[in-house]
Amino acid sequence: MKILVCIKQVPDSAQIRVHPVTNTIMRQGVPTIINPYDLFALEEALRLRDKFGGEVTVLTMGPPMAADSLRKALAIGADRAVLLTDRSFAGSDTLATTYALAQAIRKIQEVFGAPDVVFAGKQTIDGDTAQVGPGVAKRLDLLQLTYVSKIDSCDPQKGEIIVERRAEGGVQVLRTRLPCLITMLEGTNEIRRGAIDDSLRAARAEIVTWSAKDAGIADLSKCGLKGSPTIVKKVFAPTPRSERATLIEPAKTAAESADGLVGAIFAKKASLESDMAKLASGS
Amino acid sequence: MSDATAAPAQSRANQKKELPEHFRDYKHVWVFIEQERGEVHPVSFELLGAGRKLADKLGVELAGVVLGAPGEGTRAAVKEAFHHGADLAYLVEDHVLADYRNEPYSKALTQLVDAHKPEILLLGATTLGRDLAGSVATTLLTGLTADCTELAVDTDGSLAATRPTFGGSLLCTIYTLNYRPQMATVRPRQMPMPERDATREGRIVPFKADLDEELIVTKILKYIPDRESSKTNLAFADVIVAGGLGLQSAENFQLVRNLATTLGAEFGGSRPLVQKGWIGSDRQIGQTGKTIRPKLYIAAGISGAIQHRVGVEGADMIVAINTDKNAPIFDFAHLGIVTDAIRLLPALTDAFRGRLSPHARDRLAS
Ligand SMILES: Cc1cc2nc3c(=O)[nH]c(=O)nc-3n(C[C@H](O)[C@H](O)[C@H](O)COP(=O)(O)OP(=O)(O)OC[C@H]3O[C@@H](n4cnc5c(N)ncnc54)[C@H](O)[C@@H]3O)c2cc1C
Ligand SMILES: Nc1ncnc2c1ncn2[C@@H]1O[C@H](COP(=O)(O)O)[C@@H](O)[C@H]1O
Repeated sequence: MKILVCIKQVPDSAQIRVHPVTNTIMRQGVPTIINPYDLFALEEALRLRDKFGGEVTVLTMGPPMAADSLRKALAIGADRAVLLTDRSFAGSDTLATTYALAQAIRKIQEVFGAPDVVFAGKQTIDGDTAQVGPGVAKRLDLLQLTYVSKIDSCDPQKGEIIVERRAEGGVQVLRTRLPCLITMLEGTNEIRRGAIDDSLRAARAEIVTWSAKDAGIADLSKCGLKGSPTIVKKVFAPTPRSERATLIEPAKTAAESADGLVGAIFAKKASLESDMAKLASGS
Repeated sequence: MSDATAAPAQSRANQKKELPEHFRDYKHVWVFIEQERGEVHPVSFELLGAGRKLADKLGVELAGVVLGAPGEGTRAAVKEAFHHGADLAYLVEDHVLADYRNEPYSKALTQLVDAHKPEILLLGATTLGRDLAGSVATTLLTGLTADCTELAVDTDGSLAATRPTFGGSLLCTIYTLNYRPQMATVRPRQMPMPERDATREGRIVPFKADLDEELIVTKILKYIPDRESSKTNLAFADVIVAGGLGLQSAENFQLVRNLATTLGAEFGGSRPLVQKGWIGSDRQIGQTGKTIRPKLYIAAGISGAIQHRVGVEGADMIVAINTDKNAPIFDFAHLGIVTDAIRLLPALTDAFRGRLSPHARDRLAS
């Protein structure tokens, strides 16, 4: 089986700080990681490969330093890495991103063979849109299975796959044809630790690096800022509420403090008392 | 969005609207009414509330879009759309649309957009809505803004869609100036539920989509509904008590549960508690957890990080208990007390019990 996984390098957002005055992101020293949701996709891809043979290619679009994340993916066990990098991609929104990724996947198909399954993460922690997976699927006319919690069975010979998909209020068991695009739900598997020889291989591996032109992207007007229908008009910090919380002075004992607080709550909104009495009595 | 916000992309922030000729007859605000098995997802009503405001501001009509199998359930969804503010409903009835699948739903919705041309199309940011919106926006080659926290109409009539960015540290306002429709998704409970008016009616515009089950590759083999017992009612609870790392241990978190039980309330917590395994992920409140809109929210030992804040700001009253008087939660709570939550929570449970017991209330009434 040929399997392709879209991964994205993201800043470890737990460590992002915003400059209090200029509202800009202070990126210096913020480590980058593979988007955590993409690891579930990568692990699932590796499992399919281990079962059916074949190869896993990881693809990312990003600045040259995104090669680090690709190397990490190789060290975990991916077989090949493709970095799509070009100044003309800067400022891409999801639509422009899916255009570039889809073109790169077409090129990968040409050079390395057509993937049976394309994986993406559920969403990224920086873009946080969950749109890139479905967008890539649409652009490549692939059948789309999002929020997959489990691959029940896969038959590359028959070209058929059965998965469990998280829906609102339940789970759908779906059968579809290969090739398809799958986005994996988080927590559905556990990413392996790469083998020693994988990490040795990763350190030396050549990362296939393509510019827009290399990937066969002729129409640059569909890329980057130019190709993005959405425009970020402003970025701002959330405004504080006009008044801060009214603070209740703590009393000597916790019991008195509690009485004071309860009194203040109902003083602020009287209707709450009868609503809550009903709730508390279970009616 | 993906990279537009990650890069300093303000270079186009001053761009003016120059809507191409072929988009000028795109009019009206549409809300996709998410219904499965005759049950409408409440987020659709919340969107109708938000859409009503946009439509009124623009002086256009508000339409609900209902896709489903022919029958009672689908018709009932149309009625509910009217009751919650829609002027009209586009109704696509087809057996192929019985259960949600990406292929027929994205086909039908795309065809409907091409035929009737909305200027704004809103969907819920549910697993269904996100699956569908991404496909439809890509097919239409238009902009889609995910998980908006605020929707407004700008002076030039454009949709101004605000959403958290940079892992929620900041907000950004996004426009789809020169493409139509302008698409956005909004998470459940982000917008207030509009008043239901059962006397409100509207007109139905039927639409025949070009669909053929033979041509739909993906088949649903089975649907396994979640067990009732495993569902939490957090998103819709009127009273919620939540705890954060300030509680210091899983044992102390029990104090939150005790108060919630006494109040007949739901309980939840901040994200670190999920990571520590003190609570299940379905009880996480905030940007990557649930958005809540209770009448009363009590937050004990929660600092009030922005990712938590965006999930709770819809609460009518936020009460914070925190030992640090400079904790950010006091910037958006309504009432606060600077004290040890571990000591206060048991006393608070007693105080509420005393005040809310039928006995106490009888005395109050006499
Ligand atoms: C991409 C991303 C998404 C996120 N999504 C979410 C989300 O959905 N929901 C969420 O909650 N977080 C989310 N977070 C995490 C968020 O940034 C904060 O780290 C988190 O909310 C902090 O949790 P906390 O308030 O419980 O802990 P802390 O920030 O450690 O705060 C503990 C508070 O307890 C107080 N305290 C200590 N002892 C006591 C005591 N005895 N009595 C009373 N108060 C006491 C302290 O003063 C402090 O204010 C996200 C982060 C990222 C990067
Ligand atoms: N620049 C990118 N390069 C490769 N894959 C990406 C990129 N951006 C997003 N993806 C994939 O699309 C998924 C959803 O991203 P998003 O729509 O940004 O939430 C991610 O989990 C990745 O699998």
